[in-house]
Amino acid sequence: MNETASQAEIALKSSFERMKNAGAQSLRRGAWEAFSRSGLPNKRDESWHYTDLRAALRAVAPMSGETKTATSAIERKQASCRFVVLDGAFRPDLSDLSLAPSGVAAQSLREALAHGEAEVLAALAGDVDDPAVALNAALMQDGVVLRIAPGTVLDTPLEIANVTSNAGAQSVYSRSLAMVGKGASATIIETLEPLAPSEAQENHALTLRIEDGARLEHVCTVAPQAGAAVRVLSLLATLGAKSALNSFCLIEGGGLLRRQVFALLAGESADAAFCGATLLRGRDHADTTLQVRHEGRGGKSREFFRYVVDEQATGVFQGKVSVAQLAQKTDGAMQSKALLLSDGATMNSKPELEIFADDVVCGHGATCGRLDADQLFYLQARGLPEREAEALLIQGFANEALRLIAREAMRDMLEARVATWLARRDIR
Amino acid sequence: MAALKETVETVESIDVDAYKYGFTTDIESEKAPKGLSEDIVRFISAKKDEPEWLTEWRLGAYRRWLTMSEPRWAKVNYPPIDYQDLYYYSAPKTSPGPKSLDEVDPELLRTYEKLGIPLREQEILAGVETRKVAVDAVFDSVSVATTFKEELAKAGVIFCPISEAVKTHPALVQKYLGSVVPVTDNFFATLNSAVFSDGSFVYVPPGVRCPMELSTYFRINEKNTGQFERTLIIADAGSYVSYLEGCTAPKRDENQLHAAIVELVALDDAEIKYSTVQNWYPGDGEGKGGIYNFVTKRGDCRGRNSHISWTQVETGSAITWKYPSCILRGDNSQGEFYSIAVSNGFQQVDSGSKMIHLGRNTKSRIISKGISAGRSQNTYRGQVSAHRKASGARNFTNCDSLLIGDKCGAHTVPYIESKNSSAQFEHEATTSKISQDQLFYAMQRGLSAEEATALIVNGFVRDVLQQLPMEFAVEAQKLISISLEGSVG
Repeated sequence: MNETASQAEIALKSSFERMKNAGAQSLRRGAWEAFSRSGLPNKRDESWHYTDLRAALRAVAPMSGETKTATSAIERKQASCRFVVLDGAFRPDLSDLSLAPSGVAAQSLREALAHGEAEVLAALAGDVDDPAVALNAALMQDGVVLRIAPGTVLDTPLEIANVTSNAGAQSVYSRSLAMVGKGASATIIETLEPLAPSEAQENHALTLRIEDGARLEHVCTVAPQAGAAVRVLSLLATLGAKSALNSFCLIEGGGLLRRQVFALLAGESADAAFCGATLLRGRDHADTTLQVRHEGRGGKSREFFRYVVDEQATGVFQGKVSVAQLAQKTDGAMQSKALLLSDGATMNSKPELEIFADDVVCGHGATCGRLDADQLFYLQARGLPEREAEALLIQGFANEALRLIAREAMRDMLEARVATWLARRDIR
Repeated sequence: MAALKETVETVESIDVDAYKYGFTTDIESEKAPKGLSEDIVRFISAKKDEPEWLTEWRLGAYRRWLTMSEPRWAKVNYPPIDYQDLYYYSAPKTSPGPKSLDEVDPELLRTYEKLGIPLREQEILAGVETRKVAVDAVFDSVSVATTFKEELAKAGVIFCPISEAVKTHPALVQKYLGSVVPVTDNFFATLNSAVFSDGSFVYVPPGVRCPMELSTYFRINEKNTGQFERTLIIADAGSYVSYLEGCTAPKRDENQLHAAIVELVALDDAEIKYSTVQNWYPGDGEGKGGIYNFVTKRGDCRGRNSHISWTQVETGSAITWKYPSCILRGDNSQGEFYSIAVSNGFQQVDSGSKMIHLGRNTKSRIISKGISAGRSQNTYRGQVSAHRKASGARNFTNCDSLLIGDKCGAHTVPYIESKNSSAQFEHEATTSKISQDQLFYAMQRGLSAEEATALIVNGFVRDVLQQLPMEFAVEAQKLISISLEGSVG
């Protein structure tokens, strides 16, 4: 850590010291040491240049305790087999354990760590070098571990619901894992859902192990939170040979949010797609940072993001595609587009390519601007009021990213959420 | 098929020894003692017979520099530089400020002849095809000759070494020096401000279209010598100037430091076109030696409707760290950046541009072509930003990288920051290798692999070559082919 640890870092240290009986001690210690070397990331850390976590976490909230909430309070948004992680603790009583399809085994992370399960520890040991991920590994309270047996083909989506109660300022550290066996095929929904807006400080991570030939659809939704909330959401995915991951994320702002994706295309001919739509207003700050690393030959990656930034909000997109020397025949394409709806809005983009192999085709495109005056005029000339014409264009812009979701029911549900967000723009 | 013919001729003319400017000139020189201290700064200032304000300015920069640390964010690796092991001043021993070319040491003239730089005005006039180009030749720390001064003076254009301008036009220098790149800007710029030796000064008065191309030729000759030149170009309201810069250095085993500053100021309706062909010694086949090129170049579009355009062809230097930028302050001002960066061997390039949109309806364009071969690393790093008041700002950025061989790297790191909803930014980048189909097609028609590669590469960089003044374009095309020699097969 820097010569003088900040108040926040001292508070985090005491939280770490209280994790003594939590299992996976050597892993936690290693992670804490990694975190201590850099401390809370700030503008001077290249990959956190636009999101200052140190400034946002001046005062660290106490770790969350046990929460009692009636089952009925947690609303169901889609048909799924749901696993609830409430305030960082896996809650079998709120989860659909009995409904779990065959070929799927669920367990709490706390239990897996207590038993020192080798597979889980090995998956966690593969964490990337990032201070927020390291902090998660050092302080993770609980989460759900899903194992999907090789060859299993699931129709029902599995849902990991990270729910935060309205317990006020509290720190939540959850880590979930999904291990998708060889040749298996599944859909995982990940949700971040506060029961009521609160000033929570959340750090959630999901580790995905996608074995050779497996296919995974991943859909993530991040619901709005209170303005003072600080949320970090990490996705750590490793892809085996000929495996495929199609990941989508809808972000509806709320306080400061950093979503980071670390994907390693380790096997040959792995195929990864990351898409997302981010809707921001008020003083929202949302950062999506991707690091997609190609290490296997013939891999393919696609990134496709849309930002709608209104009022005084700030959107950040950082995407880095790196291709190792052995990863010849890589095909990578990244696109991010931002729509600024107000003069106070800010968008920062940093699409990045780092290429050490010569036989590749990689590219990226990034644009930033406002609604096209000609398109608006076209719609108004056909009788639509200005606000409606705008809404139509914005919805169309955001839907370009939603189009890439494979499950139709999910897509419809998310399109409706975008429309609801837009409708609130009109009431203002 | 003129381009094809040109390329084939170029490839044929390649010597065994690719870097043909690697000779040294044996000339007695006068140096300041090694190392850097306040005394050395005073020594340089005294040598140049500078007014007191400039000595103090330099000392202020030096004191500031002591508190700064070297930037490490660029994607380049080099061993730590011992700043006390360098000569900060070196000048060929001749009478200071020769009045005419006859007084210039013949050895120096021969050097420029070998480099193909015309220093004798009559020779240029006798030539049939060449357009007139006024040259300021900078050898290590001093300017040795400036041509066509009289003819330029008739038009009102001031073109002279900056050390001379300090004496003859102190008000202009004092007004503009450091106004684009402040003394405290960055580590290398601050170092330059403390120890800068010479460079060119250009002032184009209001409404004047500079009657010829201006050019400066930089040559580092001495061992262990840093070159810290400083160029200041001011285009007053409604004027136009086109400026060319060329650089070479002898082959030496040690790395040599080059930390220059170029400041451009364009007032209302003025236009500056700045072209560089950078061909510093890149080091040998094992990556030994070569120039460290840490340069700060910035243009300030200070007036309304002003226009600054940077064009660069980078083939030399062991390390390049350089980001020619435009501050688009005046409403409706325009900035352009066209770049070809070729790296081979063990060269490392971290280069790009910054376009800072401050005024309304400002426009900028960045076209960058990176070609990496051998074991080189080639990074484009650029920034485009629009501030709150930059309504209607427009930027288009295109960075393409071409990889030749599987041991090199090509990287792209753009920063795009918009704080204004009416600003419209577009950025695109691609990285690929020379397509096998294209190579096959060209080779099937009888070209060797090397000729075919040179042909395709020249096509790849055509967008940028078109921006160069004609004489430079031909030279640049040759340079690119030479730089890529040995990269195929």
